[in-house]
Amino acid sequence: MSPDTKEKELLKGLALGDKKAVETIYKDNYNMVQSLVINNNGSAQEAKDIFQEAMIVLLEKARSGNFELNCQIKTYVYSVCRRIWLKKLQQYSRYSNEIENMVGAVPVDEDVEEYEKRDEEFVMMEKAIGSLGEPCKSLIEAFYIQKRNMQDIASQFGYTNADNAKNQKYKCLMRLKKLFFAQYKNGK
Amino acid sequence: MEDIQLLEAVERYIRGEMKPDERVYFEQLRKSDPEVDQLVVEHTLFIHQMNEVGELRKFRSTLNEIHTDLAEKGSINSDGLKGKAKIVYLWKRYRRVATIAATIAGITTLTISLLVWSVTPKVPEDEFTKLSRDLKDQQKITAKLSENINIVANKVNNSIAKTEPPAINYKTGGTGFIIDTKGYLVTNAHVIEGAKNIAVEGTNGKEFKAVVVYTDKKNDLAILKIKDEAFKASGQIPYSISKLSAELAAPIFTLGYPRNDIVYGEGYKSSKTGFHNDTSSYQIQISANSGNSGSPILNKNGEVIGVLNGRQANAEGIAFAIHAKYIHSAIEEMKKKDTTYIRIKMPVVSNIKNADREQQVKKIEDFIFMVKVN
Repeated sequence: MSPDTKEKELLKGLALGDKKAVETIYKDNYNMVQSLVINNNGSAQEAKDIFQEAMIVLLEKARSGNFELNCQIKTYVYSVCRRIWLKKLQQYSRYSNEIENMVGAVPVDEDVEEYEKRDEEFVMMEKAIGSLGEPCKSLIEAFYIQKRNMQDIASQFGYTNADNAKNQKYKCLMRLKKLFFAQYKNGK
Repeated sequence: MEDIQLLEAVERYIRGEMKPDERVYFEQLRKSDPEVDQLVVEHTLFIHQMNEVGELRKFRSTLNEIHTDLAEKGSINSDGLKGKAKIVYLWKRYRRVATIAATIAGITTLTISLLVWSVTPKVPEDEFTKLSRDLKDQQKITAKLSENINIVANKVNNSIAKTEPPAINYKTGGTGFIIDTKGYLVTNAHVIEGAKNIAVEGTNGKEFKAVVVYTDKKNDLAILKIKDEAFKASGQIPYSISKLSAELAAPIFTLGYPRNDIVYGEGYKSSKTGFHNDTSSYQIQISANSGNSGSPILNKNGEVIGVLNGRQANAEGIAFAIHAKYIHSAIEEMKKKDTTYIRIKMPVVSNIKNADREQQVKKIEDFIFMVKVN
């Protein structure tokens, strides 16, 4: 397989949730990002966080389907990590020399900004779910995230029938939506 | 159609589970009823968000799994720096933190020993406990600091202490409640005594800066004003501030912040006078804890009849409340002194008179705030 086709296959695998593909990308790129972060005033833990954020950006890109392979995965990951890490350094007001750019780095500002916007929404939802309390949290997660059916949920949570579980779920849902949309509308 | 059924229909519609004729009918309904349409739009967004959150969670855990896997196999260098380089790096990173931590630890130790010294020789004469709350356990702080120092000294932990924006550390706290939607709150004078910074936080977790505009130390009352443009009262104040007192044995309830979450408590008026026969307050039977200071005491009609300010230290459930009429006197004094307060208008009619307790509490809780002081 030519290197180009191999990269295309990897991205396709990533988009389809193939663990093997994710692992290959991880293995091929992690060390590079770690030395980037560590050589620029960061730690291994921070490198891991940054790299995983970049993996999410890459996933979005691969899923959107319009990821034109005008650069290698390596270059893209490096560029995204560099952008995110520079932002973090500014946030922490930690001193750093300008990080030297890799040859052929691609502009990724838009992708990173889009990711940050979406991440904000994720945080909102996670926060809203977190503040629900039990049993609401588990009930909502079982139905909307694990996508299990009501019958199943009713028996696991000890409701006498699916209708009771449904009523409870409805109440929890109303609370969650209120919590979420209150933040969402404020954020917009 | 009931709301719950409507929502179920909306979910089936979004998931594309409707039969063609049902779908046509639903789309008709959606066109004719803007509320249904709004619900569909909103719920689609919500379901979309939930799906994304689910997928993201899954992807994150996959990534972590892979990371651990690869690190174990040695395919990636996850240990970062090793040996001498690591020590140099950590020292560079933590030098300032170490100095600061050591200084704070020193000061804390001194303060604590000073406190212990100043407290111990006294005979515990006062059995009245003011119920303001220490927001942070002093000991915990010391423990945490020495932990920090250990980290630095041993240079073992390479995780990063993220520098947070300069946040104010609020040390003590109580409760306050809104008496005017322009942002005026009542709390106890002892809650805000010696305060440098005050913030209030409502049930939704939003924090607002506040300032003291009036204190009445004799009656242990203080009026705060929220100085934050972001503050907007959630509608009309549901309770009223009563000038009258309750009869002996009258049932009462309260909402306050002995914890970081609002806590409901109920009891009854157990005596006409307060601590040591004080006539400005009265005794109530209610479970109150540190942080309840400044909580409103309401009767069954949803009228504020007092402000909780302390409890008897050696007896369970005995607490004291200041008559609510002193809130009225405080506001009148303020108006006399400064005309800017002329527009303060306290609610005179409770609009939750006939509601059941859950409903009352639900309406009231938005107007009860945690008062945080440093």
